Amino acid sequence: MTWETVIGLEVHAQLATNTKIFSAASTAFGAMPNTQACLVDLGMPGVLPVLNKGVVDMAIRFGLAVGATVAEKSVFARKNYFYPDLPKGYQISQFELPVVLGGQITIEVDGKEKVINLTRAHLEEDAGKSLHEDFEGYSGIDLNRAGTPLLEIVSEPEMRSPAEAVAYAKKLHELVQYLGICDGNMQEGSFRVDANVSVRRPGAPFGTRAEIKNVNSFKFLERAIMFEVERQIDVIEAGGQVVQETRLYDAAKDETRSMRSKEEAMDYRYFPCPDLLPLIITPAMIEVVKAEMPELPDAKRARFMSQYGLNDYDAMVLTNSREIADYYEAVVAATGGKDAKIAANWVMGELNARLNNDNLSISESPVDAQRMAGLIARILDNTISGKIAKDVFDAMWTSQDSADAIIESKGLKQITDPVAIAAMVRGVIDQFPEQLAEYKGGRDKLFGFFVGEVMKATKGKANPGQVNQILKDELAK
Amino acid sequence: MSDQIDVHKVARLGALAVSDDEVAAVGQKLNAIVGLFDQLAAINTDGVEPMAHPLDQVQRLREDVVTEADIHEYVQQIAPKVEAGLYLVPKVIE
Repeated sequence: MTWETVIGLEVHAQLATNTKIFSAASTAFGAMPNTQACLVDLGMPGVLPVLNKGVVDMAIRFGLAVGATVAEKSVFARKNYFYPDLPKGYQISQFELPVVLGGQITIEVDGKEKVINLTRAHLEEDAGKSLHEDFEGYSGIDLNRAGTPLLEIVSEPEMRSPAEAVAYAKKLHELVQYLGICDGNMQEGSFRVDANVSVRRPGAPFGTRAEIKNVNSFKFLERAIMFEVERQIDVIEAGGQVVQETRLYDAAKDETRSMRSKEEAMDYRYFPCPDLLPLIITPAMIEVVKAEMPELPDAKRARFMSQYGLNDYDAMVLTNSREIADYYEAVVAATGGKDAKIAANWVMGELNARLNNDNLSISESPVDAQRMAGLIARILDNTISGKIAKDVFDAMWTSQDSADAIIESKGLKQITDPVAIAAMVRGVIDQFPEQLAEYKGGRDKLFGFFVGEVMKATKGKANPGQVNQILKDELAK
Repeated sequence: MSDQIDVHKVARLGALAVSDDEVAAVGQKLNAIVGLFDQLAAINTDGVEPMAHPLDQVQRLREDVVTEADIHEYVQQIAPKVEAGLYLVPKVIE
């Protein structure tokens, strides 16, 4: 008999605000320890939290994007536990009345679409960071992260394979970045995924689940779930029972192991936070956010296909991130909207290859959209061939010069004067009388030889189409 | 009446030290408090919306602008142990 895997994901997305959720301290990543922790973040007596409007707007934006209900009234609650990186002794979160209810994410696995329902998304504050390694007998506490806003997005347990879980996580990852509400950096912990995994016989009630934490890449998410599924099946088939617990994924060993046993299971004693009033979101607030909503990935993909005549694959690659899409559109706009396919080839081809090679993101590209457009414009107006354009692009990569300046200084301008090309063609033909005789004798293949020699003589600058035509004419004489 | 309270568990959750000879007395007091809640729970609240806050006001929002300065040197003066800008606490490993 087979087993069915049941997966639900909880994603913590750090919201890309300037300040913390309840204080006006900076949230910038990478600052010196404790330089961005104010009295509110430190949990000093007598201070009060004040909710950040930016956080509320981002929660609304997310709710609208997934077709959820944005709660007219939501309430903050205290989740009580003791840990040194949580100075107050409680985390302010939302419990009974979260800010976003329901919603859907559509994923695609093996060419088939599937809708994954969301349970909810709620706002909460992040804790600080504990460093256990460097201090003999002590843990070091950095409270810069304490109070950083998080949106915890909870799915229904509707995924049935590791591949579906990864597809969902990736889709969500893409979406929050598109919305500009999260930078999506998984290494820095801006987008953290916890997986609730259980197995059951098809049609049977849900099995006991384990929650897997510490998964900081999509690859590890897939591996961690695969390992956990195998482990649970082994336990059950050996006559045992799966215990409800939190398990940590160890990427080095590729296994999950128990983190908190059931005996120590926490009782968080939630209650409404008396320091905060209910959050009321009015229809007017929602309208303001709606008016500023960016175009979402699926809509952009469809528009790229219809507006620019791109195929499905190109449109998918170019809308993979908002930065790539924006770059591409800037290039197309700067070339006057002509031949959007050439622009697509350059962005997905040469540019992408160079970025990968130098390990840069598109926002760090040495060649910006304007300069890229300048290059493509010269291909389109036949000033240079596509082949020469690659040399020009290489030169642009390591300088600030425009394509025109490089073409000018290196003398790369394409030769398109038919008289000049004809003269060079005749010169080449005169140079190779034996080959000419063979060609006339029926060795058609030698045509390619003559093309090569002409291109060599012009250092690749002759327009290839014209060379072909003129050579054909001259050889026929 | 509520079930007997597990004083040890409550103490652990609250990070309070309760010695064995205090358990009986503390348990009695806690049970008395819970008894009051039982009285409240006996009232019929069907159709009454739970109150999130006694003031009939809504949350005011703050603009997302940094106004807090770096105060770590000042606040770390009262910390028992500091190194490399970090607060040091007795080692905790989950």
